[in-house]
Amino acid sequence: MSLACLRLGYLPLIDAAPLIVAEELGFAAEEGLALDLTRMANWSQVRDMLAMGAIEAAHMLVPMPVAQRMGLGPATPDFDLLMVLSQGGQAIAVSAALAARLRAVGHGFGFDDPAAARDALAAVVSGPLVVGVPFPFSTQAELVRRFVALSPLAAQITIRTVPPPQMAAALASGEVDAFCVGEPWASHAVETAAGALLVAGRAIWQAAPEKGLVVTHRFAETRPEETARLIRALWRACRWLDGPENRATAAEILARADYLNLPPELCERGLLGRLHISAAGDIRPCPGFIRFHEGAANFPWRSLAALLARGIAEAQGLDPVAAMAAAKAAFRTDLYRAALRPMGAELPAASSRIEGALREATPARAEDGTMILGPDAFFDGATFDPDFQTC
Amino acid sequence: MTRLSILIVEKDHDRAQKIVEGIAAAGPHDVTVLTETGGLARRIAEVSPDIVLIEVADPSRDVLEDLALASGPLDRPVAMFVDHSDEHLTRAAIEAGVSAYVVDGLQPERIKPILDAAIARFHMVSKMRAELAATKAALEDRKIIDRAKAILMKSKGIDEEAAYALLRKTAMDRKLRVAEIAGQLVMAAGLLS
Repeated sequence: MSLACLRLGYLPLIDAAPLIVAEELGFAAEEGLALDLTRMANWSQVRDMLAMGAIEAAHMLVPMPVAQRMGLGPATPDFDLLMVLSQGGQAIAVSAALAARLRAVGHGFGFDDPAAARDALAAVVSGPLVVGVPFPFSTQAELVRRFVALSPLAAQITIRTVPPPQMAAALASGEVDAFCVGEPWASHAVETAAGALLVAGRAIWQAAPEKGLVVTHRFAETRPEETARLIRALWRACRWLDGPENRATAAEILARADYLNLPPELCERGLLGRLHISAAGDIRPCPGFIRFHEGAANFPWRSLAALLARGIAEAQGLDPVAAMAAAKAAFRTDLYRAALRPMGAELPAASSRIEGALREATPARAEDGTMILGPDAFFDGATFDPDFQTC
Repeated sequence: MTRLSILIVEKDHDRAQKIVEGIAAAGPHDVTVLTETGGLARRIAEVSPDIVLIEVADPSRDVLEDLALASGPLDRPVAMFVDHSDEHLTRAAIEAGVSAYVVDGLQPERIKPILDAAIARFHMVSKMRAELAATKAALEDRKIIDRAKAILMKSKGIDEEAAYALLRKTAMDRKLRVAEIAGQLVMAAGLLS
């Protein structure tokens, strides 16, 4: 059987693993697909290549199709998010100078307590605080806004885009005081002694959706068979990646020169959930630091689209109601269900939910019986009801 | 007509120079070249350009998206990509590997000649870069084949011509390139020595 070839774009991050694993371990071939993976250099390029049809699908920050549907950035064809590929995988880091001041006031760098980290930071920072994120529309930007929301820091921060490979240098040169970025770039800053890790993304938001599988709306509508196969191939790759015994293998594959081209040891930290938080080598075990599948992590909740749209609308001074409606249409729960139902995958009965309501894994109604949803709480206890917008 | 301030972000000095020459031919403008991308946002604020030209695949490009957004989210001052009035030009630019960020309100007829010039130059430098890479690769192949030949000549006591014939025959039998077989031989010899 000859394989149908699809061109996919990705950025060299550990959360590109589902695409790489789908191709390398044959999950794509099982679906009759050959994935032609192209490493790209920035998110704008990924967006442009998808918009002009130079690639059929992309590994993309989950808020990017949301912003696209809201009319932000250049005019492009509509994008659809087919599934979430990963949750978590990010960390907030502070400069070496700030880390020293935090230690001086007795902060223990537990990595898992955002409230303590935030309050300690507020105590040592009096003026402006510049925080780097990889892209204006990113989970990282949402996490930073959430992290400082209930603190005086909210009035002090400026969020600025810095390309992930340049984060460590920006921190060292004082261009930014802190940053929030996906692995391996947070660990890279620790390795170069530019800074120390302060808090894990998942400690701020347990189900922080990081990357998604994105295609143009036109592709999803005109090539339904390949769309469904792609969803299934990546779903299987994600399930494989959440087998704890597979993570070290995944790190080896990702590290290769034709993919991330980085030492396996650096790729491994995030995947195994063993982060070095400082150049001195303090290790913080962080189980579930990044998740690819468990707890319905792949489901593209429409409530998630609404939540991210509201965050972007508020940051940009736009009407949140229109933004939420536009964004929800991009999250294709219908295609996700149709692709995975025939293979007996667990599918939630609802397509929208109250975000942030689950402090621990909880059974929920599925299309067929019950299923377990992973925890999705925010550290500050906030919840978001897409119909009533309570937070 | 007033001169435009054009900023070119390009690490490679020779490439930047080629682009500058192309733009000079398009009319008298003030062209600034930035070869360092650290502190890009600050430098752009200082220069305050009308147009920024940057390679599509430059890692610093997302910084420009951020700046464009900061200047007014729905004004769409961003990239030629935006400009539906000339989709052909947009596509040509991206295919050539150049993205342009343009201040709001600049007339398309003023942008077009500059972008046309940039596209032509980007095509030229991409071609040069590809040729350079090919030349380098050929040189590497040559070096490794020479080393493999030397190993064979010494260990089997054969002359250069026979050593090359042996490499070529093995490569053909294995359906590999001569350079690949040579690489394997050199690596194996390294392990054994």
